[in-house]
Amino acid sequence: MSNLMAARGQMAFTLGFHMIFAAFGVGFPLLQVVAEGIYLRTRQERYLALAKAWGKANAVLFGVGAVSGTALAFELGLLWPRFMRLAGSTIGIGFASEGFAFFVEAIFIGLYLYGWGRLSPLAHWLTGIPIAIAGAASAVLVVGVDAWMQHPNGVKALLSDPSAVAPGPMLFGNPHWPVMALHATVACYAATAFSLAAVYAWGMLRGRRDAMRRTALHLAMILGTAAAIAMPLTGDLSGKAVARFQPVKLAAMESQFRTQAGAPLRIGGWPEPQRRAVVGALEIPGGLSWLAYGSAGATVRGLSSVPTRLWPDLPLTHVSFQLMVGAGTALVLLALWYWVARRRGFTRPLLWGLVAGGPLAFLALETGWIVTEVGRQPWIIYGVQTTAAAVTPIGGLWAYFLGFVALYALLGATVVWLLRRVEHGRWAAQAA
Amino acid sequence: MSGPQLADAAAVLALFALTAYALLGGADFGGGVWDLFASGPRALEQRAAIARAMGPVWEANHVWLIFLVVLLFTAFPPAFAALVIGLFLPLHLVLLGVVLRGASFVFRAHGALSGPRAPLQRTFGAAFGAASAVTPVLLGAALAAISSGGVRSPRGSLVAPPLASWLTPFAIATGLLTLALCAYLAAVYLTLETQGRLRADFRRKAISAGVALLVLAIADLPLMAAWAPRLYSRLASPSAAPLLAGGTALAVWSIAAVWRSRFEVGRVLSALSGIALLWGWGFAQWPFVIYPDFSIARSAAPNPALRDVFYAVGVGALLLGPSLYLLFRVFKGRNPAAGRPPRPRPHPRPAR
Ligand code: HDD
Ligand code: HEM
Ligand code: HEM
Repeated sequence: MSNLMAARGQMAFTLGFHMIFAAFGVGFPLLQVVAEGIYLRTRQERYLALAKAWGKANAVLFGVGAVSGTALAFELGLLWPRFMRLAGSTIGIGFASEGFAFFVEAIFIGLYLYGWGRLSPLAHWLTGIPIAIAGAASAVLVVGVDAWMQHPNGVKALLSDPSAVAPGPMLFGNPHWPVMALHATVACYAATAFSLAAVYAWGMLRGRRDAMRRTALHLAMILGTAAAIAMPLTGDLSGKAVARFQPVKLAAMESQFRTQAGAPLRIGGWPEPQRRAVVGALEIPGGLSWLAYGSAGATVRGLSSVPTRLWPDLPLTHVSFQLMVGAGTALVLLALWYWVARRRGFTRPLLWGLVAGGPLAFLALETGWIVTEVGRQPWIIYGVQTTAAAVTPIGGLWAYFLGFVALYALLGATVVWLLRRVEHGRWAAQAA
Repeated sequence: MSGPQLADAAAVLALFALTAYALLGGADFGGGVWDLFASGPRALEQRAAIARAMGPVWEANHVWLIFLVVLLFTAFPPAFAALVIGLFLPLHLVLLGVVLRGASFVFRAHGALSGPRAPLQRTFGAAFGAASAVTPVLLGAALAAISSGGVRSPRGSLVAPPLASWLTPFAIATGLLTLALCAYLAAVYLTLETQGRLRADFRRKAISAGVALLVLAIADLPLMAAWAPRLYSRLASPSAAPLLAGGTALAVWSIAAVWRSRFEVGRVLSALSGIALLWGWGFAQWPFVIYPDFSIARSAAPNPALRDVFYAVGVGALLLGPSLYLLFRVFKGRNPAAGRPPRPRPHPRPAR
């Protein structure tokens, strides 16, 4: 394994791991606050049981999210010191702002988790609200950093005279940022909601169909449906932004080899870079031109417009994109099915569908990031610095990579084991 | 503010973050150390008291480390790049420690369903304790390395360092000194969170850790003179010597206060002695971020970037101040429930 590949593997693996916990950190607090709020209004005990059980689960997830995030903060430097030397003071503003969101989140998590019984019920509920806001804010802010790596707004000025540019406006005035932040943050809600729905649907399949679990499923599906419907809409905006700022990435996502007017939308298929062809894709004439530029006849730039050394990994980018869009479409259909069918009771096919929804949502989340990050290659800062030029000169990185994989595998397994033991107060005994 | 002043201010801010991390996060590491060394008939109770004291605050305390890292790469990018290359291995070990400590702490706290003696719980406990003991040593050694020429970058080149330039006797002694500081702070703080015999346990632990701290601090000086002569001469100079002497006096005084069971006073004095130690180091290290290749002035980011850092920190502090106050108000301070699990305040009866 080359040093560069090991570093990329370690970065990708640790980010992909962190992302799972980060997504819960955005979505879970919102559901918790809603459940506890309903309890305070209605005094129906099942809402309190849900808020408490979710709080316990979230405590474990948040802890692992925090330590895996800390690992990332170090790794950005450890693995890509030359990138940090060039861009540290620019992206640092994003991380510093995000840091304060973390701070607020961590403080109120402490108050929330350990405040049951120490704070009045209303005060306790109120401590949940900053957690939900700070969770979303940290996602929005950290994506600002990634958005700048995708579209390094103002980089020319930075390279010519760093002492003349203020990084704040450069980072937060980036037109790519709001688009990405919206899609990526909503994705966190989708992933949390469908995972919770999957947990309770699984319980129902095993015979645990009490009111508390139906309520939990219902709450999760309200959030899940809203998020699922938002995904294709915000994803369309993301696609248009990619078309504008990163035409080569768009071509890789769609396996568009030649520059073409009226380019087709390809569904599925496998790109073969050597033959410059796609096998097995369903083609909708003019579809890509229309989606990317709003007109079926518009010209789409192809991969052949740049030398092959500037191509990202085509099969990985293309297939990941297909998986995300496919999973996103499936989630919309699943949500519709839920609302149509639930009146007539929960059939086993519906419940199995809901169980599949959790993994599907996370598949979309991870593959979406793979599209974004792998599709940016060979650049670490698009058009400015290559990933190869950023990597650390330290040798033997594969050993560190393997170490992280082993450590995180252990952590992941333990988290799953612990979460299976989270109980729901007096409902626990009713398990079938 | 003009350029050099802004850069110095950023360095002071970094030192402030380091101090906060040492006094708060450091005490949490110390808690882990005492968890590891919990012994005698009250071992389980000692562990429970540590878990209770750390539970609500450790995440917030931990964020100071992240803040410090972000501040370093934002305000001093070239120095940061040299740091992460020069200390590649120890920083990875720090990461391992941070990840293992945090994860095993939450696993144990929230997995306590199977009882404190269950085998898995014991494994989490051991991981928590071991990681808490090793990480401060590494952090202290890293601090020693950047002030004794252990991280070099001649003419700004980024090249792989010789192996273990951070493993000098001075670095190891400084690491152990850091560990003693963490253990001392933790034991002193814990005397305020416990009562009766448990409190007597932590009082004894505090005194022994305090004595160890003094001994290690004194032993560190000749090593410093040999391996970090510039740091030593700055510390011994007439302008810094009072700081050093004051810090030592504070440490002695805080141990005496704990000895006489004046725990509130002991807590304040022990924190002050920690501050004196760190700021004494900061004073001696000035004007370098990393000695000798990266001075503050020459490695600082350009002015607009530093100014934006201070804007972000200003806004952040407005959010942070009240939130931190609330956190420590609820869980620390004159805490009527110290030493006991919180009395559950019953939620109003639910209407079914
Ligand atoms: C639950 C997760 C999820 C779902 C259902 C979808 N996405 Fe997505 N997508 C993400 C989660 C995600 C993500 C992981 O959050 C990404 C990575 C970077 C980003 O901003 O969001 C992403 C990136 C991303 C990008 C690349 C942005 C870039 O490279 O800057 C595009 C073009 C789309 N998405 C388009 C879509 C479309 C058309 C969807 C239709 C169904 C869709 N996504 C569903
Ligand atoms: C704001 C957040 C993020 C930042 C700042 C960021 C930053 C980076 C950096 C510095 C690299 C290494 C350089 C490179 O390969 O270009 C990288 C690579 C990568 N990241 Fe991200 N990333 C972010 C979010 C994510 C997330 C959430 C994922 C989740 C899966 C992810 C997946 C990847 C992958 C797969 C690579 C490897 C690309 C390759 O080697 O081909 N990233 N990212
Ligand atoms: C899109 C990508 C990312 C998202 C959405 C995201 C979001 C979050 C969220 C919501 C948390 C709170 C902890 C939790 O609830 O589990 C968190 C923690 C953290 N993240 Fe990320 N993150 C991303 C990528 C990154 C990257 C690239 C870095 C590093 C440079 C990073 C550094 C951290 C740190 C240091 C923490 C711990 C904060 C604490 O102690 O509370 N994150 N992240």
